[in-house]
Amino acid sequence: MTTPSRGSGPVLDVRDLTIALPSGGDRKEAVSEVSFSVERGEILCLVGESGSGKSVIAQAVMGLLPNTLPVTKGQMLLDGEDVAKVTTERLRQLRATRMSMVFQEPMTALNPVMRCGDQIDEVLREHTALGPAERRRKILDTVREVALPDPERIVQSYPHQLSGGQRQRIMIAMALVLEPALLIADEPTTALDVTTQAQILELIKNLQARHGMGVLFITHDFGVVAEIARRVAVLRLGRLVETGDKDAVLKRPRHDYTIMLMGAVPDLKPHGRPIAPDQPIVLQTKKLEKTYADRGWFSARRVVHAAADVSLEVRRGQTLGIVGESGSGKSTVARCIVRLIDPSGGEVFIHGEEIAHRSHRALRPLRRKVQIVFQDPYRSLNPRRTVGEAIIEGPVNYGLSRAEAFERARRLMDLVRMDAAALERYPHQFSGGQRQRICIARALAMEPELLIADEAVSALDVSVQAQVLELLEEIRERLNLAMLFITHDLRVAAQVCDHVAVMSQGRVVEYGPANEVFVSPQHAYTKALFAAAPGRDFAFGRA
Amino acid sequence: MAATDIKRYAELSVESADIRPHESTWQRVRRSGSVRLGGGVIALLILIAIAAPWLGTVDPTMFDAGSRDLVPGKTGEMMTDEGDLVKHTFWFGSDSLGRDIYSRVIYGTRVSLFVGLVTALVSLVIGILFGLVAGYIRWLDGMIMRVMDGIMAIPAILIAIALVAMWRASLTTVIIAIAIPEIPRVTRLVRSLVLTIREEPYVEAAISLGSSTPKIMFSHILPNTIAPLVVQGTFICASAILIESILSFLGVGLPPEIPTWGNIMAEGRIQFVSYPHNVFIPGVFLTITVLAVNILGDGLRDTLDPKMAKRL
Amino acid sequence: MYQFIARRLLSTIPVLVIVAVLVFLLLRLTPGDPAAILAGDAASTQQIEEIRETLGLDRPLPVQFAIWVGQLLQGDLGESYYYKVRVTELIAQRLEPTMSLAALTIVIAILVAVPLGVVAAWRFGGWFDRFLMGFSVFGFSVPVFVLGYLLVWLASLKLGWFPVQGYKPIANGFGPFLHHLVLPAITLSVIYIALLARVTRASVLEALGEDYIRTARAKGLAESRVLISHALANAAVPIVTIIGIGIALLIGGVVVTESVYAIPGLGRLTVDAVLSRDFPTIQGVILFFSFIYVVVNLLVDLSYVFLDPRIRY
Repeated sequence: MTTPSRGSGPVLDVRDLTIALPSGGDRKEAVSEVSFSVERGEILCLVGESGSGKSVIAQAVMGLLPNTLPVTKGQMLLDGEDVAKVTTERLRQLRATRMSMVFQEPMTALNPVMRCGDQIDEVLREHTALGPAERRRKILDTVREVALPDPERIVQSYPHQLSGGQRQRIMIAMALVLEPALLIADEPTTALDVTTQAQILELIKNLQARHGMGVLFITHDFGVVAEIARRVAVLRLGRLVETGDKDAVLKRPRHDYTIMLMGAVPDLKPHGRPIAPDQPIVLQTKKLEKTYADRGWFSARRVVHAAADVSLEVRRGQTLGIVGESGSGKSTVARCIVRLIDPSGGEVFIHGEEIAHRSHRALRPLRRKVQIVFQDPYRSLNPRRTVGEAIIEGPVNYGLSRAEAFERARRLMDLVRMDAAALERYPHQFSGGQRQRICIARALAMEPELLIADEAVSALDVSVQAQVLELLEEIRERLNLAMLFITHDLRVAAQVCDHVAVMSQGRVVEYGPANEVFVSPQHAYTKALFAAAPGRDFAFGRA
Repeated sequence: MAATDIKRYAELSVESADIRPHESTWQRVRRSGSVRLGGGVIALLILIAIAAPWLGTVDPTMFDAGSRDLVPGKTGEMMTDEGDLVKHTFWFGSDSLGRDIYSRVIYGTRVSLFVGLVTALVSLVIGILFGLVAGYIRWLDGMIMRVMDGIMAIPAILIAIALVAMWRASLTTVIIAIAIPEIPRVTRLVRSLVLTIREEPYVEAAISLGSSTPKIMFSHILPNTIAPLVVQGTFICASAILIESILSFLGVGLPPEIPTWGNIMAEGRIQFVSYPHNVFIPGVFLTITVLAVNILGDGLRDTLDPKMAKRL
Repeated sequence: MYQFIARRLLSTIPVLVIVAVLVFLLLRLTPGDPAAILAGDAASTQQIEEIRETLGLDRPLPVQFAIWVGQLLQGDLGESYYYKVRVTELIAQRLEPTMSLAALTIVIAILVAVPLGVVAAWRFGGWFDRFLMGFSVFGFSVPVFVLGYLLVWLASLKLGWFPVQGYKPIANGFGPFLHHLVLPAITLSVIYIALLARVTRASVLEALGEDYIRTARAKGLAESRVLISHALANAAVPIVTIIGIGIALLIGGVVVTESVYAIPGLGRLTVDAVLSRDFPTIQGVILFFSFIYVVVNLLVDLSYVFLDPRIRY
């Protein structure tokens, strides 16, 4: 295949790009005077936290922004042609032929009622005059090129019959079938598990090298940046703060914001704090098991082991991390321990008292000892109740008077570094990080002995995540809490955990002190998992 | 993250166009044009219903052999109960029994509004009860929902017609007959809301905080179902007004001497070719009333329950 | 797939059973003596006793139900009190007009509503969208009989385009058949169009917000293709669902429309049966209509298999 080339300048040259926000937003512009370029044959990473405007820029280049977000100033030169000025018809012609885009969610980005092959075929039918046989040959070639097995079967499949990684390969095949000069990848691996992510990143890198196209790669994950970028552009609140080669920006950041970000990226090396010996066991599970069975009239009973043979223990003042990819059963274990779901077998002991098979009434006195913080800060608080009501709900259930409970709530707000005035307000008035602090305060109001954090920092931006992690660490130390920390993020696990249990397909495959597991993993799955962590060998610049 | 990024902006742009920040739901409802229009018309109709005796009406059930089949606007004489002859202008004409259609239409407002309102309340209350039970008590769920499916498989008008025919029409039986086919819809709505909301992390948090089931039901789940239920209530009200008029029109509803819009039309259809206004005038009132309730419902849905607004 | 079909077929059985129970209880749980209610006000004690005997009303409820269901399963709906013929025969005689009216209505509604809904969703918030939404609220609000009389007055009495009332069987020629049926079908279709257009608009609108639409646009597809093969194809399930659910609305409308246009169909039969308290006929017609409703919705569910490849469980 030939390298697409036209002219010799950059593939994409964005100059002074400004995109307005409708009035009433939190700022006037989504993107303000941003300039950068993507050269032929390079990968430029556009990084930023949520609200930085990185996705808006990507969609602006493709001409996909809604009318409410108009480009008010600047140019976007694709091979010298300003896509901000061209007609809709011309824009349509440019898409897929000169520029293509791959999106974040492979689960929803493909049309669920159309076969994958037909979805690629649409591109060819729209933009070329090829006959059916030629189109078919080209489709199969492209599917082969993105390393999908059994192309004949894949093109006949519907998206739901493929895995997330396979769907993302279909998206890439669709984007590259006409060999565009520019590929825009908008968080293409964010929704994928870490091992799949590694494969997709590898694929994009290879295709880029083979075809010599320019890639604009948008991400929030600095590990991914370290893995794939040649150059990096850092955005903050719609403004460009720093551009440069990967090593320059990630290792020797100059701008304060970038320096702060680099400091917030958790290290993959375990923290190495000494583990206090001889602490009493707070939580112990023995052969904990959760199975789901399909009750079909016609089908054979299909039994799914969401968790099997899980035996763990957490001692006072220590943190046990459960790491695993989606579907590994790590959240199931957490929900069994809190008894949000009932375990199918095995035992759970809290301070030596068995709780897995108690009736809900008998469980009540023990409930307060185990508290949980969930992943999604936007759904964890009842939108119709004030923060104060949310925090005192638990203590009042256990007999504290409202006045005493409010007094406790005020102290807790101080502990999680929030203003006591927040108690009077409603959840929607707070940011994600603040809500997560409120949820922590709500859990602590019960004076628990075990705190479970179920992906509690996964939805947060890296800088906010660092603050919440710091807070959790401080609380664990001050209150001498036992903590069960569930996460898919190996970097976070390395920073937080004293012990680690690695789960895969419902089972614990490796379990031991964090230092040992991270430094010398024994199980093949653990090794593969760690090897897939993006940017694992990269040393980010620390302030 | 990218997707949330763009959605946030999209939401910002939608919100700022229509929803001012920090505006309470009630303020938003009051600012809605549909709510004002629909609510205004309904308020006017309620006023008419209450003030019916003082709006130049005569007894709507009174026959007057001397003034049959008058066209609208004609002035004639009527004999009152006391036997006095009074001059009376038949603004909307008179029917074949010499009753004043204007008076019958004005008094008919009472029946329509009352039936609409009470039916909505009755079916909401019963539907909420069944819905909560079905959504919360798993072993009763299957049974309740099968029965509801069964009721929903019988077209609403047929249930109403059959029940009224069995029971002899009165205000109570008509309301019950119209409410019964509406109950499954409310039950379904409440049940699905309960099932969705109880999966929310904040409800799970309340469980781990040791809150009892009734407490969770009343302080976490029920408050979050009010908006869709209010909206559903207005739509039931509109459909109840329609069905009541259909029952009367078909001759199976309230007894013909009671002034309802459906009864006026049922009486008027016999002479439709010569006197179409006997059908059209109550028809216009009926349409305006139902329209007002529906517009109010649309407005409430758009402001109280924006998620549902996009769906329907 | 066959599993899905089999499961769906079986799941209609409890619904039909419950419909049968409800229809059965309709008479039995009426306050007062059912036999006296059936016999009417002018009946003698002897007549009432006769009815009690023939219906077996003196036996315990479960026994009555068993007898009644046994007859039902043999296709026996009893004999009409008023017409003195088998109810099944009565229904068969009245079937053609009703089915023709319903079919024509559905065809008109789909042809009109789906394109309107798609365009409104595409131009969301524009004048056409607002017009259509306004029309649909109106369609929901105007009673079928008011609309019917309005159309009769306008199109038949004033303009003379259509016959005022009546029905011509298809055996008398397709032209007259259609000529008599168009006005009732238009009348009946208004509420159906309102419903269908709204749901089409809402589901297409929802589909248009999905990521795969953005993908389709990013591929540089023409807008018409984005709308039809991506948005509408994904909106098909809710649209077809509402066509099925709308059948209930349609049946209700048939009862009224046939009354307005003097069409000798099942709707007319229902009203006549109620007015003459012809109980076996009432039961029969309700059972028949409910059966149709259940079957249509069964077919709708089965069509999902073709509309959405994800449904194969």
